[in-house]
Amino acid sequence: MPTPSATQRPRIAGVGRVLVVVYAILALGAFGRSLVQIIQQFDQAPLAYTLSAVSAAVYIVATVALVARGAIWYRIAWITITFEMIGVLVVGTLSVVAPELFAHASVWSYYGVGYLFIPLVLPVLGMLWLSKHRPVPAGVEGAPVEGASR
Amino acid sequence: MIEWFAYAQIAVAVLAGVLCLIVGFSGRTPNDYTLGATALVELLLIIQFVVALLSPAFGNNARGDLLEFYVYAVSALLLPAAAVFWALIDRTKWSTVILGVACLAIAVMVFRMNEIWLYQNV
Repeated sequence: MPTPSATQRPRIAGVGRVLVVVYAILALGAFGRSLVQIIQQFDQAPLAYTLSAVSAAVYIVATVALVARGAIWYRIAWITITFEMIGVLVVGTLSVVAPELFAHASVWSYYGVGYLFIPLVLPVLGMLWLSKHRPVPAGVEGAPVEGASR
Repeated sequence: MIEWFAYAQIAVAVLAGVLCLIVGFSGRTPNDYTLGATALVELLLIIQFVVALLSPAFGNNARGDLLEFYVYAVSALLLPAAAVFWALIDRTKWSTVILGVACLAIAVMVFRMNEIWLYQNV
């Protein structure tokens, strides 16, 4: 049995599952890229590559947080997704304004153009999803959940 | 990596992806066609992986970075397999959509693998 918490969240359902999968793919992509960068050329741009690794880790945690139940994971999901949103906006803007800082590609360079702008769109969708699917108090778990379909 | 084979792979992956998205959004659970299309994408990936392993022996060397290439190649192998696994467990229309998303991601990844093999560092 998982430790009981004050609130319960229904298992992620419906279109939210697609969101989780896209998050997982992005996490995989960011992880793969940062692995290659760190193995091969960490010395060239320690800052950019550390950032790459951090963003990969954050995507992985966000994926888990979207799936996991409970109020704590709900909060973690908000924190990680907000971090991603800020990251893609700040790094994206910096890579346009001061390209010399981010000469080495990262997930967030140019607002994620290398990843079809998915890093820019995904946090928005994630936030929309989270705000529509707040944890419900324990005990009313059987109650119909808005937005949860088939 | 063989160039024409990569383009064929990309075409198949895009077709399979679009098929799964359409079927999925029309409300069907994963069926033989959508699972089969994704399985075909996976089969082509396995063939291309073997080709990539063997082709240096035949004088077809990657121009780009091999480590990056194989990180893509291995990730690509995992994706459709995971999506099919998911579709077999979770029998909803969203699993069909997920098959489509995975196939489209493969199209992008094969494009990138092809770039690394043929054009990177040239």
